[in-house]
Amino acid sequence: MASTIRVRAIANGDTTEVQSLIQHPMDSGFIKDSKGELIPAHHIEVVQFEHGGKTVFTALWGPAVAKDPYLKFSFKGASKGDELKVSWVDNKGQSDSLVAKVQ
Amino acid sequence: MILSPDAPACARRTVLKGVLAGGLAGLGLVEASMLLPAYAADAAQWPQDAFKQKSEADALKALYGKTAEVSDKVNLDAPEIAENGAVVPITVTSGLPKVTGIAVLVLENPFTLAAAYKIPEGTQATVANRLKMAKTTKVVAVVESDGKLYSASKEVKVTVGGCGG
Amino acid sequence: MLREILVLGAIAVGAAQTALAADTVDPAVEAKAFRAYFTDRFPKVTLDDFVNGPYSMDEGLRKQWKEIEEFPPYEFAVDKGKEMFATPFANGKTYGDCFSERGVGIRQNYPYFDPKSGQVITLDVALNQCREANGEKPLSFTGDDMAALTAYMAYTSRGKRFDIKLPDDPRARAAYQKGEEYFYTRRGQLNFSCASCHVQSAGNHIRTEVLAPALGIMAAMPIYRSEWGSMGTVSRRLTTCNSQVRAVPLAPEDELYRDVEYFLSYMGNGLPVSGPGARP
Repeated sequence: MASTIRVRAIANGDTTEVQSLIQHPMDSGFIKDSKGELIPAHHIEVVQFEHGGKTVFTALWGPAVAKDPYLKFSFKGASKGDELKVSWVDNKGQSDSLVAKVQ
Repeated sequence: MILSPDAPACARRTVLKGVLAGGLAGLGLVEASMLLPAYAADAAQWPQDAFKQKSEADALKALYGKTAEVSDKVNLDAPEIAENGAVVPITVTSGLPKVTGIAVLVLENPFTLAAAYKIPEGTQATVANRLKMAKTTKVVAVVESDGKLYSASKEVKVTVGGCGG
Repeated sequence: MLREILVLGAIAVGAAQTALAADTVDPAVEAKAFRAYFTDRFPKVTLDDFVNGPYSMDEGLRKQWKEIEEFPPYEFAVDKGKEMFATPFANGKTYGDCFSERGVGIRQNYPYFDPKSGQVITLDVALNQCREANGEKPLSFTGDDMAALTAYMAYTSRGKRFDIKLPDDPRARAAYQKGEEYFYTRRGQLNFSCASCHVQSAGNHIRTEVLAPALGIMAAMPIYRSEWGSMGTVSRRLTTCNSQVRAVPLAPEDELYRDVEYFLSYMGNGLPVSGPGARP
């Protein structure tokens, strides 16, 4: 099954810009379904990015983050060809991870 | 749980990775499910309390244990009128020194804190994300720099509510 | 009635004279006048940009769209469509077997007039015809699967210029005219025609939305709407539009809807495929 995580990590000199898109409903818990019942909250809580054994970015998300959430950040110290590990875990304990290559 | 950039949980994980990876599992002495992949996101970091707060002050107190002062060195890029409250692109940048955290609050949302980010050394003080906004609201960006909190805010007009309204 | 409606705005001169000449409709002249109405009214918009709908009309919206386009949420639907497209049917054949160029880069040729059936065939209908010809059940015209499939096909055709053919066949002309008439006819409790919003009020607001210009409005289909949180087909949009003016919608891919798509796509000839599009 395809990963829920899409990553683009592009190195420009010493700085690597990372963009990620994760497939996730990010249900807030405030919306009702067609039967009028609340759809329970189901959202990512933590997204972690790791390079060279070190965490380079951590996102702590609540239900107000949009569906299929996007993220962009930049960090120093990576080179083309390096591995960038991305993982997330949600409030139901579901998770996914991906290893991307810096380009 | 108060946020801290040097979360000790990570150290534990690194040790496990070094010792257990392959070895013990290969010998069948340790179940594979007991091994935590070195890059699994640590759910324990999630600041549950902070995400329940309804005011800016309470959310920041739960998250950082401090209050923020307004600063023009925090740049918050947000649309004047959101095209759709379900997906509002927000970017926070700051030229402040020693930034360890960034948080975004949406004051008119049921829970004020939308997202918080940990910025380790070597990572830039900038983040772009997309948020849901229930209605026209003030959006507050907070930056933790050298142990202090600085903020900037903008009003975003929301015509089509982002929470299915 | 149709002739009176056509006399509105800048379409007046050329098209009106043509329309008043009873049954000798010259679609090429009408398309030129249709395009001129929009380029005259929005001189700052480059011709190709009209396919970006509301984003060609409003700077604030455009900026948000550009940010979302950096990594658009519809990527998942396009990938799903790509997978669906490549997956063989139970009989071993694939969608590629039904289409020219194996179905890649052909969006700009749809809809087309089929002389055998005497009807307009849209891409969505062609896909279901392909399925049924190979023993598969048709997909819902308003569902996510058809949206994903057409999103992928639009994606492979991006930039290609629309080339809708109007053959010298009275039935094709009739389909074009029926679509045109539908487009300009008021309906529903709100008594709006498609033209009320997308011609007369293009670029203006209807409540909170900025109205897309009718020129090239089919080029971005299918569209991922933030409002839906998902990709939606032409049928989904047309039926919703009808409901929104409190008119009874036709069945998805009803012959009349296909005629409307035929007319509108023809009006947008020469403009580039921009689908799948992201919209508010």
